[in-house]
Parts: sequence; structure tokens; C-alpha cells
Amino acid sequence: MAEPALSGPDAAWAVRLRGVTKTYDSGVTALGPLDLDVVSGEFVSLLGPSGCGKSTALRLIAGLAAPSAGTVELAHHGAERRGSHRVGFVFQEPTLMPWANVRDNVRLPLKLARPAATDADARIEAALDQVGLADFAAAYPRELSGGMKMRVSLARALVTDPDILLMDEPFAALDEITRFRLNNDLLSLWRNLHKTVIFVTHSVFESVYLSQRVIVMTARPGRIGAEFRITSSEPRGEEFRTSAEYAAFCREVSGALAPSYAGQAGA
Amino acid sequence: MKSPQDLVRFLLPLAVFAAGLVLWEAIVRAYGIQPYVLPSPLLVLRTLVADWPVLSQSLGVTLLTTLEGFIAAAVGGVVLALLFNQSKWLEYSLFPYAVVLQVTPVIAIAPLLLIYLQQQTAVIVCAWIVAFFPVLSNTTLGLSSVDRNLAGLFQLYGASRLQTLLFLKLPAALPYILGGLRIAGGLSLIGAVVAEIAAGSAGAGSGLAFRIAESGYRLNIPRMFAALLLLSLAGIVIYGVLALVSHLLLRRWHESALGKDN
Repeated sequence: MAEPALSGPDAAWAVRLRGVTKTYDSGVTALGPLDLDVVSGEFVSLLGPSGCGKSTALRLIAGLAAPSAGTVELAHHGAERRGSHRVGFVFQEPTLMPWANVRDNVRLPLKLARPAATDADARIEAALDQVGLADFAAAYPRELSGGMKMRVSLARALVTDPDILLMDEPFAALDEITRFRLNNDLLSLWRNLHKTVIFVTHSVFESVYLSQRVIVMTARPGRIGAEFRITSSEPRGEEFRTSAEYAAFCREVSGALAPSYAGQAGA
Repeated sequence: MKSPQDLVRFLLPLAVFAAGLVLWEAIVRAYGIQPYVLPSPLLVLRTLVADWPVLSQSLGVTLLTTLEGFIAAAVGGVVLALLFNQSKWLEYSLFPYAVVLQVTPVIAIAPLLLIYLQQQTAVIVCAWIVAFFPVLSNTTLGLSSVDRNLAGLFQLYGASRLQTLLFLKLPAALPYILGGLRIAGGLSLIGAVVAEIAAGSAGAGSGLAFRIAESGYRLNIPRMFAALLLLSLAGIVIYGVLALVSHLLLRRWHESALGKDN
């Protein structure tokens, strides 16, 4: 796929989707057409009912699947191509290699890179430090809790220092206490590391808590139904969860989400 | 042996074994059964000791054949599965024949092989035919059981086919491969025994199965039992060694090698 180099006034965008659709071999259209611009350094949530294609959108952006129509563009620096380590991906499951310890799991992207990274060990230590797992480098995945496995997954995505972090319902399987803690840790990572984050979730509360912008998607085929800018007195913390403005945003976003569910049986 | 229950699980089969031997010995003595009809356990043991020079040599021959057949099966099964995994065309072309080879009774193939191949080679080929299929099918299953998201991750980071094979598919398939090898160990012994019986030739290079057949013709029933005992022990040891190797390789991460309390 030919990708234009960045120049001039366009320099702000990090991800740009134009008329993107995804139709499966079965003839089911899962997504689109979808137009989306994500600004560099922005935290955007894609919010929608299950099956609305939000995970598909993320996989298209990551290059894990090809769009049936339309273009997916990622802003990039120098000669690096899409699908290389400019993108970090965090799956809903921790998706760790059970036969490798934490350090080697985090090492994977560096090991696969060609040419191999020379400062791998230092970068691994730094990434583990960022997610608070420095003491668990030698542990095996089965010895870790669900939240810690997710932290390893996050460290693995961060170890290549990607510009864009794609997260596919990463905390959906965790208990609420762990999820809240990881939400806060993710927010401070985002503030410190200046990444562009695209965060897929089906939780209104999570999307409002984390994002600068919430994009509500319609039921299949997924399109953009509504968009909300979430403003708050940053930095956000636990007190934001109980604030009146948070509640108001949640009510507003929930209202926009309702039509997505209206057509669905049993929803 | 951590708990009394573990001890019982360990001792109970031994107790049954001992009781069976005592009963056997008692029946042979009580009814005065002749050794050429049914030898007593003690006589079998005495024969084992007395015939040890002959039997140990035969044991060596059979074990060597088994080992060669097993190695051929392990290498052949894994390599074939890797080729199948890399090329669907190859898999579609050859897999049916692997199945045919597997479902045709080896005892029927052995006489044919003995016509076309040297005896020692034929015996190893028999062991290979019986043992390679579980390795092939298990490895094939393992290679295709890779976590879809992990495969996506490798794709995302631009992994080459070789990298994906070495760092993802082979480790993910390892528990399956080891399971196949555990079955193949016992089967290669069976293959070796079947081929030896089919070959039926005497001489210094005769394995345990040949000793059993030979002793049968000579009505040397105690030696038959002694040779059978050795074969059975060899099978148990082979299984035990492979199970141990499997445990050592998987103990850090795989469910099958973890205790219940983990």
C-alpha cells in the first residue's frame, strides 16, 4: 500500500481512515464505510455494542487484516512502513507465550525486529518498570494474576516505543478493582509517554474515564454514530469517577449508544 | 509421595501384583502343573538369571532396533508434519498415504519388507511404520493449535516464516509432540517385536521376540516367560523415560505438567 509522506498542515494526524469497509467472505459487512481521523497524541475510544466491528476497525488499523474498500493510513516517520513496530497492539486476552517468562515475552517484538535491537535488555527493563513489573521479570505467565498478565502484555506493546497504541478491550476480562487500577496506570503512561491511543471498549464508564474523545459506533455494519469530546480538569484520577461532570458525560454517551442496541434482539 | 493417599496409590498395584504371583505359585504347586505347561514365577525368575547371557544379548538387540525405529519415527514424523504445515499441497498429496500405512496391519507388511530389504533394515522400517503416525498426527495438530492472537502478534511485528516456526509454532506444538513421542516409544517396541517374529532367523543378532518364538518351538516355556518379562520391563522403562523427559521439558509452563495445587 502506497502511503504519502507527511507534510505541512497535515502533520498532526496519526491515523486516517477513508471510506473503510470490511466485508467477510460470507457476505456479512462488519464495518463501514468509516471515516476517522485520530490526532497525534490523542486518546480516542471506540465504543459500541458487541459485533459492531470496532475490533475489526482496530485490526485494520494494525494491518492484521486488509480493508475490503477504502484506505487506512498511518502517519510515520522516515522510511518505516506500516505493520512495523510503530504500532503496539494489546489484545483482549493477555496473549502471552506460556513457555516464556515475563522478560522473554516482553522481548518478543525486539527479537522479531530486523535488524535486532542492540539495547534490548535496557528497553525491556524500562518497559517492565513502566508497568510496575520490574520484580517479576523471571516469572512465568501462569504464576501471574490476570491484571499482571495484562501489564506484561502492555509492556510488550510499549517495548518498541510505538507512536500508536491500539488496545482491543484490554481490561474487559478483569475484575473491577484491577480494571480501575489499570485505567489509572494507563492514563499516567499516556500522559508521560505521549502516545496516540485507540482504545476499543464496550464500557461507557471506561471510555469516558479514559478518553479525550469517545466515538460511539452503530450496530453492524459499524459506522460512527456520535462523537463526544470529554473535557475535564486534568489530570484525571479517582475523584473524577465520582464527579458530576463524569456522570453527565456518561449519561450523554449512554444516550447516544441506546439506538445502537435498539435494533438488536435480546439486547 | 506426599500424602498417605499417594502412598496407597503407589502400593496398591504392587500389592495386587504380589498377590497374583503368590496365587500363581500356589496353583502351580498345588496341582503339580508341569513347567512346559505353566512354569511357576520362581522358575521364571531362576530361568531369567540362568539364561541371562543369552537373554541380555537379545534384549540389547531388541532395544537397539527399538531405539533406531523410534528415532526414525520421531525425526520422520516431526519433519513430515513441518513440511505439511508449510505446504498444503504436500499435505493433501501425502497425508492419505500416511493413513494407509497406519491402518494396514504391520504384521502383514513385515513379510513383504523382509523380501525387499535386509533383515536389520526391515526390522527398523517396521518399527518406524508403526511409530511414526502418532508423532505425525500429534505434531500436525500441535502446529495448527497456535493461539490466533499470538499468530497475529507475530504478523504485526513482521516475523518471517522461520521465526514464526521456531519461536511460536514449535514451542506451542511441543506438548503435542511429546505426547506423540510417548505413544511412539511403546509402538516402536511393538514394531520391532512384530518384525523380529516375522523374520524368525537365528544367530547372534537375534532379538527377544525371536527368543520367545524359538523357546516356543522348543517347549522351553520358562524362557518364553522370562523373555516376555524383559520385553514388558523394557516397554515400561521406555514409557517412563519419555514421560520423565516430557515432564522436565514442560514443568515450567504447561498444564499437563503442573500439580493440582498450582
